Amino acid sequence: MCGRAVQPHMFEDEGISEHGEGGRVSKQNCLVTNDWICGEYVRSRSQELIDATVQHVWITAASVAIGVAVAFPLALLARRYRAFAGPILGLTTVLYSIPSLAMFSLLLPLFGLSASLVVTGLVLYSLTILVRNILAGLQAVPEEAVEAARGMGYGSLRLLWEVELPLALPALLAGVRIATVSTVALTTVGAIVDYGGLGTLILDGLDSAFKAQVLTASVLCVLLATAADLLLLGLQRLLTPWTRATRAPRIRGRAASAKVAEPA
Amino acid sequence: MNAISGAYDWLTTGANWQGEKGVWHRLAEHLYFSGVTLAVSCLIALPLALWLGHIGKGGALAINISNVGRAVPTLAVLVLLTLTPLGEHGDLPTLIALVLFAVPPLLTNAYIGMREVDRSVVEAARGMGMSGGQLFRRVELPLAYPLVMTGLRSAAVQVVATATLAAMAGEGGLGRIITAGFSLQNTPQVVAGAVLVAVLALLVEAVLMVAGRVFDPMRGRTTS
Repeated sequence: MCGRAVQPHMFEDEGISEHGEGGRVSKQNCLVTNDWICGEYVRSRSQELIDATVQHVWITAASVAIGVAVAFPLALLARRYRAFAGPILGLTTVLYSIPSLAMFSLLLPLFGLSASLVVTGLVLYSLTILVRNILAGLQAVPEEAVEAARGMGYGSLRLLWEVELPLALPALLAGVRIATVSTVALTTVGAIVDYGGLGTLILDGLDSAFKAQVLTASVLCVLLATAADLLLLGLQRLLTPWTRATRAPRIRGRAASAKVAEPA
Repeated sequence: MNAISGAYDWLTTGANWQGEKGVWHRLAEHLYFSGVTLAVSCLIALPLALWLGHIGKGGALAINISNVGRAVPTLAVLVLLTLTPLGEHGDLPTLIALVLFAVPPLLTNAYIGMREVDRSVVEAARGMGMSGGQLFRRVELPLAYPLVMTGLRSAAVQVVATATLAAMAGEGGLGRIITAGFSLQNTPQVVAGAVLVAVLALLVEAVLMVAGRVFDPMRGRTTS
């Protein structure tokens, strides 16, 4: 109801409202006057906001996790067999050009109105960035490191796991960061099938012209993207401590990884 | 699958292409929004980026604007602008949102393109006595051209996608066929609309890719 009650300027300035009962009214004020910023909205609808944020987070997390799980073998395939490299990179680029609303709509016959529709669409988008970055990371592994490991008797699996993957990690995580940030933003479009996390609140807010809901959900969305980015940056620092060893002139692994971490 | 044959039927039904809500009208709206905003965005972003690249300043701005643009949901901006007083001016919120999302890729790519021009080439041109303007026109711009075109392409893809989302905020364009399909619970129409949008996006990208090659100022001059 509060959303529809658009009576602008009924209480122009809530600061001047009278004491006592006026205090209660002024709390409701921002809902009645449909202000952009409304503490009362955040208080009274906190559960709704939390639910939407939780949905947003798990849709994003699931999409990026599945995206990495799919992109990694694809990148390995593209590296191993050059014949696959062109089609894999070409296809993921084509997928990236398809507008999000169309992407979700094309998946409708396969998944119906479900969260898996949104997750699948987001996975397909994340592949472009992830495959490219993982491939770039793997290709930048210094040949000497690979030779040395081979000389020490490393099998190809152990080589991948203990030498190539760690050295490709900065590029991989850079890709995960970009993919996560854009996935947080794209999740909102899932509102079209009611699985858009905060996007669903934004779209509902449009129907009822509920400004506080739209602004709060939008701001939360941007905060979520920023928080995820910082979190992953921290993880990157934690997992690849050698990339910030700036003082001592370290082995050439640093030079190589610093070069790869760039493609943002 | 019957959704696919349904979508085919929808697309081959002449009535769906005619009238106010027909494909032709929606396509015209879509192209109008996209064309106008892409042109405006180029006018804003390219001179600024090329100039910043030429003088070598403002790199942090030019590069970070893309990161910021990526974090801001298009839908949120569309809805927010629609609810502001701008929303009373018809298409204005959509046009503004489209420009806002087209500028970052243009700015970033054009700037990087200018900065990645081989410094030794620039030095050599200076040594030959080229003025700043000559250097810009005859050395930097031709060498930065491929990345400028990459920026234009991703901006165009972004604009087509954003113009589709505008339908969710109640605007016209091809996205409207999709959103109408959702509210009618008409899956074939949703799929048909999505196919149209996807084809348009890929077509725009392909046309710009070909145009980029044809108009490349370095075409036929280098072998690398």
